[in-house]
Formats: sequence, structure tokens, C-alpha cells
Amino acid sequence: MQEVNQEIAIKHGLTAEEYKKIIKLMGRNPNLVELGIFSAMWNEHCSYKSSRIWLQTLPTKNKYVIQGPGENAGVVDFGDGDVVIFKIESHNHPSYIEPYQGAATGVGGILRDVFTMGARPVANLNSIRFGSPNHEKTKYLLNGVVSGIGGYGNCIGVPTVGGETEFDECYNGNILVNAMNIGVAKKNKVFYSIASGIGNPVVYVGSKTGRDGIHGATMASAEFDEDSESKKPTVQVGDPFTEKLLLEACLELMQRKSIVSIQDMGAAGLTSSSIEMASKGDLGIKINLNLIPCRENNMTPYEIMLSESQERMLMVLKKGKEKEARKIFEKWGLDFAIIGKLTNSKRLELEFNKKNVCSIPIHSLGDNAPKYKRDFITYSYPKIINRDSDIEKLDIKNSLIKILSHHNYSNKSWVWEQYDHMVMTDTIQKPGGDSAVVRYHGKNKGIAATVDCVPRYCKAHPKSGAMQAVCETWRNLISVGAQPIAITNCLNFGNPEKKEIMGQFVDSINGMKEACEALNYPVISGNVSLYNETNGVAIYPTPTIGGVGLLKNINNMMTFNFKNTENIIAVIGETSGHLSQSALIYDVVGDKKGPPPQINLKAEKKNGLFVSDLIKGKLVNAVHDISHGGIIITLAEMCMASNIGAKIKVTGSNIDKIKYLFSEDQARYLIEISKKNLEKIKKIANTKNIKIDIIGKTQSEIFEVENDLKISVKELKMKNESWFKNYNKN
Amino acid sequence: MKASVIVFPGSNCDRDVKISLEKFGIKTSMVWHADAKLPKSDLVVLPGGFSYGDYLRCGSIASKSRIMKEVIAHSKKGGLVMGICNGFQILVESKLLPGVLIRNINLKFICKNITVKVTNNKTNFTSKTNRNSVLEIPIAHNEGNYFANKDLINELEDNNQIVLQYCDASGNITKQCNPNGSINNIAGIVSKKGNVFGLMPHPERAADELLGGMDGSLIFKSLK
Amino acid sequence: MKLQVIVTLKKDVLDPQGSAIKSSLSNMGFKNIESLRQGKTFEIIVKEKDEKVALSKAKDMCEKLLANLTIEDYSVKSIKE
Repeated sequence: MQEVNQEIAIKHGLTAEEYKKIIKLMGRNPNLVELGIFSAMWNEHCSYKSSRIWLQTLPTKNKYVIQGPGENAGVVDFGDGDVVIFKIESHNHPSYIEPYQGAATGVGGILRDVFTMGARPVANLNSIRFGSPNHEKTKYLLNGVVSGIGGYGNCIGVPTVGGETEFDECYNGNILVNAMNIGVAKKNKVFYSIASGIGNPVVYVGSKTGRDGIHGATMASAEFDEDSESKKPTVQVGDPFTEKLLLEACLELMQRKSIVSIQDMGAAGLTSSSIEMASKGDLGIKINLNLIPCRENNMTPYEIMLSESQERMLMVLKKGKEKEARKIFEKWGLDFAIIGKLTNSKRLELEFNKKNVCSIPIHSLGDNAPKYKRDFITYSYPKIINRDSDIEKLDIKNSLIKILSHHNYSNKSWVWEQYDHMVMTDTIQKPGGDSAVVRYHGKNKGIAATVDCVPRYCKAHPKSGAMQAVCETWRNLISVGAQPIAITNCLNFGNPEKKEIMGQFVDSINGMKEACEALNYPVISGNVSLYNETNGVAIYPTPTIGGVGLLKNINNMMTFNFKNTENIIAVIGETSGHLSQSALIYDVVGDKKGPPPQINLKAEKKNGLFVSDLIKGKLVNAVHDISHGGIIITLAEMCMASNIGAKIKVTGSNIDKIKYLFSEDQARYLIEISKKNLEKIKKIANTKNIKIDIIGKTQSEIFEVENDLKISVKELKMKNESWFKNYNKN
Repeated sequence: MKASVIVFPGSNCDRDVKISLEKFGIKTSMVWHADAKLPKSDLVVLPGGFSYGDYLRCGSIASKSRIMKEVIAHSKKGGLVMGICNGFQILVESKLLPGVLIRNINLKFICKNITVKVTNNKTNFTSKTNRNSVLEIPIAHNEGNYFANKDLINELEDNNQIVLQYCDASGNITKQCNPNGSINNIAGIVSKKGNVFGLMPHPERAADELLGGMDGSLIFKSLK
Repeated sequence: MKLQVIVTLKKDVLDPQGSAIKSSLSNMGFKNIESLRQGKTFEIIVKEKDEKVALSKAKDMCEKLLANLTIEDYSVKSIKE
């Protein structure tokens, strides 16, 4: 084996200081296998070294949380002994290099994180962001990623029910693929990764190990440069068919009392899974590498430990349960190998060809991994810009059409019709609504879920942007009649060694923290993806939030399509006219400067609970959270979803009207009310001091802003459905 | 009526179809593909999904499963067989139904609610529907493009084997409402003897009010 | 013995994948492509010394599984390793 020195350590992505620390922890120079293991465990993706101290400040508890961050996924109580398990994760760098496989294996990885805990996966969501539509790679990446997500999710038979798709030039060199999964289990049958029982057998199940993705975890933590093309061989290739077999085999074994702990092999494969399991249990682990099922000939210990071949799990079984477990895995056609055992050495010990090729103190890899408090700056709220001169000459109808036909606000059915969103026959609100809703199988309750983020808000003022992302998921869950329970987060940022970027990260964490605390809506799992930069240009800070809520009775689910003509339309919440960073100013006028809308957490809570009560009391017919494009776009969406028009009136000058219709003030909802319920609602709003504006009523076919515009809903739909159709025509 | 639903490695819609069958009073057992024998059944269902990952050709490897010998024997005796989506693909690969199902013409997976016209309502599977009625049932597939040569199409037409055809909301069979390029907008066919039915749409996804439609239930009701 | 099996679409069968690939190549600057059809190849190593027997086995594999004779043709040959 090659002798290790500082140069080799640096080639592995470690710093000189980190290398010195390794020598200190080992008490000697590491060999190449040991160095490879340290480099995989200590890179950003696995160790969270730049983010850990900040992540630890996030609120992670409320009365529903059974398991917060620290496990493969988070667990929340859904009542009656039922739990819901969920997490979101990134697969950004691999997807840029090979979009189909990158996205596919991203879906595969997050599925495993959920079913490794004993949950049957019931819903996939995703948040995907690409560069400008005109950028030469965008069409290829868009098609590859969407096909990959569909290819994997559809094959494994878990519906993909929600998500976001966005384009912005800041992602030209670094696309984002964040995949979320939700699963269900019984409270007393959740499986954790903490290993226990000295002498218990360590078992490998799933696909054979090949040379896929060696150094994938290292690649995830590196920036791209012109050489990125040549990084291609490190992308993992997924096999959703094998994953389906693995899922069924694991769930079948989990019905018995044979598993002590189980962990999926994700980033850094066998290395991270074996280390995490043993170190959580404060034990050691000894593995004979000759027993690992290999797909290729002559694989070295280094390759075996760092391989990121997909669809593999590591388990610790109770002594004596090996035969019963093997039978199940062999029935499903999967490899099953007893590869080692738990020890009391507190070391990772590897044997190969009867020689000891690795001996590392286990805690040095995880708990004693570097933790950095990097320098950061703090961003103050930018000065408010007076937008009057930008908007006074704007035509309301033209602006409406421009936004509806814009790539970021168009109908996204081109995307989600490539995903099977109906398999498992429990999808009761499919993609396109405020939140997806999946019935809890066999029961009368539902799981609502949504993923949201407005990256340009975050770029303008990271703290507000992150707060807003949390609030938007909260509103989206409320809008379907669900009670928001908890969130998972996927924090996508640039290079944390730059204090401007680290500052974006810290401010985002602080924003999230405040919002989570105010709404009693904690973080139970998540992922951090750093170094999303190419040639020194970073993406916008993108803290994607995945929110999950409980719908106690699925018959009370709310949707945003108008239900009838001659119903009243009202705005809940205060409209003050904030336009900077709105679709109107950013995309129509083309000005990227200025602050995002202010977040008022008290108002978010108050208005949300009010709307929630209205839904529970069956006093409203339709609810839609007001977000991109403001009232006018929100209203148009409600019309297009129902083929029912609307007639509203706005007063004042053109400037006043535009501010009212297009501003993106937060904490607001648009609702449809039957005439008979209006007085009751006004009374309740009054007692709770909630702002309610009656702006008009529903009518057939025509979308109308009195004195300003009249257009058929049919035409609105045509404009709104044109972008994706045309983009992919050739 | 007793039904057996065959589960292949990679089948996804087995649980879904079981729920629908039982909802309409059909006793159902799940049968593993490697089993040697079929339990006593009036109906065998090949469910949707991605058996064997769709490797080689959709349904090709599943069609060689041990249990398929029994399924073929069952159909030869006149027993009912229904193949949904991947199940339809397995039926054509097994030659229990003629023709072939190839890649959708736009090369994309498509999942959406579509409308089909009931061209033949005299089959064991459509007896509770009205002739020329329009059913709204979802599809979800990448290889649902039914292909048959001219002679075979003539034969299918002559023998009234075409059961469902993609149509618009008013029942007109047009190119625009054909989601995958299937010849003659064919969405479902029956064997000459009428006891084997293959269809691309998923009736089990349209048999629950909460899921947005009940048209699929007519097929289950017809079976009963 | 190493065998190569090539499975191709029959002449009259529509090949939308082939068309899409041809368009893509054309957009990339490869003009003058008259036609492009997509097929599959299988490389099979059999423990069989007699070439005739090996080829016959491969033909059987094609007829039974590797090719869908309704829409595909196949050819088999042995390859010098």
C-alpha cells in the first residue's frame, strides 16, 4: 500500500491541519485505506463540519416529535399509534454531471433513509432548480432530471405528489435537486441505527458492491470548474427494481424481532454506515472485507470501503436470527452476507486477505470530526425602494399575462405528469395544489406535504428569506385544511469558506429558528449542501423547506379551485404594497434590487389559525395562499383550476392598483365564501382583529378586474400552459 | 367470485387492485410468481407496476415466470384473466393477447386522467357499462403504445375484440386525445374467446370517490 | 465461447426513439444521416466448445426471450476473444 503524506491527504480533499489532526487521533500516520475513510467521513457532506454548530441551534421539539435530527430521518406522532417519518436530501453535484442518474439516485437515497427506519414510503416530493432557460445546458438537465426522478420513483411504486420547479441564472453552473420522502409506520415498530450487543452479527444486504461513485461524497463537497466533465465516472447508477426488492425484503424482515439496528449505505457507503452505527452505540465494529459481495474483480479494501454502489443496507441482527433473515433476502433475490461483528474495541477494524488493513478509533471519525466556526458577516435588511416610477406606466393586463406565461409561474403539469402521482391509490390531492395530500392508508386521516423556498428573497435578505420559506410551507399546509406538524430542511449554499456565504447560512439558520419557534413547527431532519459554486459564482442561498401536516379527517380537505359562481372572494391579511423582489419587479420590470417582503410572525400565526378555523367550521369553499405574483396571480390560479371566473374591483390610481394586485406581502390568503357565511366570518375576523377585504365575487368564464381588464379563463389557461409545451417542442 | 392477483418482483399495483376487487365483493388471494400452483380462481389478475424493472422488454421476463404456465392453463380452460398496464404487457408477451405494446410516441412517461370509449360492452369485463359510454380512468405508463399490423387490426375489429379506445370527453376518437400513439387509439382489447382482457388504464385508481372518480368501478362490477 | 446477439426492430415497425436520436444528432451538426434505428446487443459467454452448438443455443435464447419476434429480428455470431 502506498505511503500516505500531506500531499496525498490534500488530494483527498483534506486540509493540512485536518491531516495533522488525523495523525494525532490515530497516534500514527494513517495508511491509504484509513486516509480514504477519514477523507470520506470528514468531508462536508458527511461531517457537516461547517454547519454543525449552527444546525444545533435550531428548534427540534414539539409534542408530536418522537425523533428529531440525528437519525436517518425524523419521526412524528400522527395519533392512534401511527407515525410519519420524513426527510429531504440533496443530490446537486451528481445531477449536474449526469442528470438522469444523479436525480434517480437522489430519490433512491432518500427512500432508503425512510424505509431503513421501518416505514413504508408513501410519498415523494422534490425541489428542482435549473439555470436560465436559455443557458445551453438547461434543456438537457431539465429533461434528464425529470426523467430520472420519474424513472426511479415510478418504478419503485411510490407516488411523486408535489414539488417545485424553478429557473434562475444563478443556477447556471450548479443545479439543485432536493428529494424528499415521507413514510408511515407504527410507533412501536420504528427502527434506529444505534448498534448494540457485542458479538452481534453485522450483515450486508442488497446489490453487490462495484466501483460506482468512489469519492462521490468528496465530489459533493467540491466546487466545479472546467474539469467537471471529467468527473463523470464518479456518479452512481441506480437500480429502482433492486430497491423495490430491498424495500419489500426489509419491511418483511422488520415484521419479526430480529433486527437490532439498520442503516442504509448512502454517501460514503459501507464506511459511513458501519461507523455511524457503531459509534452511536459506543462500540467497535470488525469487518472482513473478503466477505463483501463484489460485482467487480480484484476490488481493493480502499475501493470496497468507499464504493457508493446503490441499493445496499447494513444491519445488526440478534444472534441466532441470521438464518431466518437470509431466507427472506434470498426469496427476494438479494445478496445477504454476514460480514463481521460488533466488538467492544471502539475501533473500526477491517481485515482483508487475513491482514489487518485498518484500525481507527471510531469516535474520531464522527464525533471528533472537525467542527468549524467559520467567519461570517451579517446582512442587514436592505433599504426599501420606492417602486412608483417603475410601475406607473405598467398595464395590468399585460403584466398579468407576462407573469402567467413566465417559465417560473406557468402550469407545471409537463413536469408532474411524468411522475406517477397516483400509485398506491391514496393520493387525494395531487400536484398543482397548495399542498399534496396522501391518505394515511386504511385510515380516515391524511398527510399533507409541501416544499417551498423563494431564493431571490433569500439572496436579498437571507434571514427574511429563510423565515419566509418556513412560513410559506406553513400557509400551504393550512390552506388544505391540515395542521402543520414539523419540517425538514435542505440547505443549499455556496462556499462556506467565504464569509459572505457563511453569513447567508448563519442568517438563514437564524431566520428559520425564529419562524419555527413562533409557529411551534420544529426541524426534525435535514441536509446541508455546500460548495454550490462554479468558477467562484455561487447560487442564491436556497434553504428549501419541506413541511408536513396532519389532516385529521380527509373529508375536511380544502382545495383552491372555486366551487361556484356568485360566491364572495376575500383577502385575509394586510396588503401594504411591497413590490421589491416580487414577480412583477424581478421578472416583468427586470430589477433584482431591494428587500424581500417583511415577515410578521405574529400575523402569520394569527391569520393562519383563523383560516384553519374557518376550514374546520366548513365556512369557506376554497382557500389559496397568496404568494408569487400577489393577489392577481393567486386569483387567476383559483379561476384556472376551476374554469370559473371572477370579478373584482380595486380602487385608486394605477400605482395603487398595481401595488394592491401584485405585491407579495406575506401572511395572506385568498378565500371563497358563500353569501350565507359572510356575516359570520366578518364577525369572527372582527373579534380576532383579522384584516379581511371583500374584493369581489366569482362569475362564469370571465376573469375581470373592473375597469382594468377582462379576459376569458380559457385564454388565461392557454397562456399559462404554453411555456413548457413550447420549450420542449423541438 | 374468487380472484388471484399475481405478484411479480417489481409489481406495484397489486395492493391497489386487491382493495378494489374486495371492495366489490370479490374474494382475493395474492399469489407469488414463483409458486407452482394457482389457488382455485375464477379470475386471475396481472397487476400494474414494473415487473423485473421493465428490463429487456416490459413484461417479457414476468411472462416466463413459473406461475404463468398455470395462468395460461387457466385461460385455456376458459377462466377469466385481466391484465392492467404492466399486466397487459405481460399478456401480450405471453401471447395470451395479440399485438405488442411499445414506447409512448412522445417518449415520456405519462400519468393523467384520460377518457376511453367503451367500444364493446358485451364482454365479461364491461357488461355493466353502456355501449359507447365514456369512462374517465387514469393512465400511468411509458410503454402503452399498442401496435398491431393491418391484418391483426382487421381481425380484432371483425371479432369485436377492441374493448376500450382513447377518446375525448364527448366520445370522439381523435389523434389529440390519443396519449401514447396507440394504433386506432386502442386502450384495451379482449381475446377472441373473450375471457382474457388487457387494458392500459388503471380501473383500480378510479374506484374511490376520494380519489376523484368511480368509472373504474364499472369494470369490477361487471366482473362480479 | 463468446457470442454476440444483435436484436433490431423489424423494418416496418415505428421507432420513435431512433427518430429522436437522429434529430438530436442532426441538431449537433451531424447532417446527412438518412436513417437511424435503435437496437440491442447482448454479449454472452457460454461454456461450450462447439461453435455450432453454441450458436444454436443462442438462437434458441433469441426465439424464447431475447427478441420479441412480432416486432424484432435477431442475428447471432461468435466472436474471437
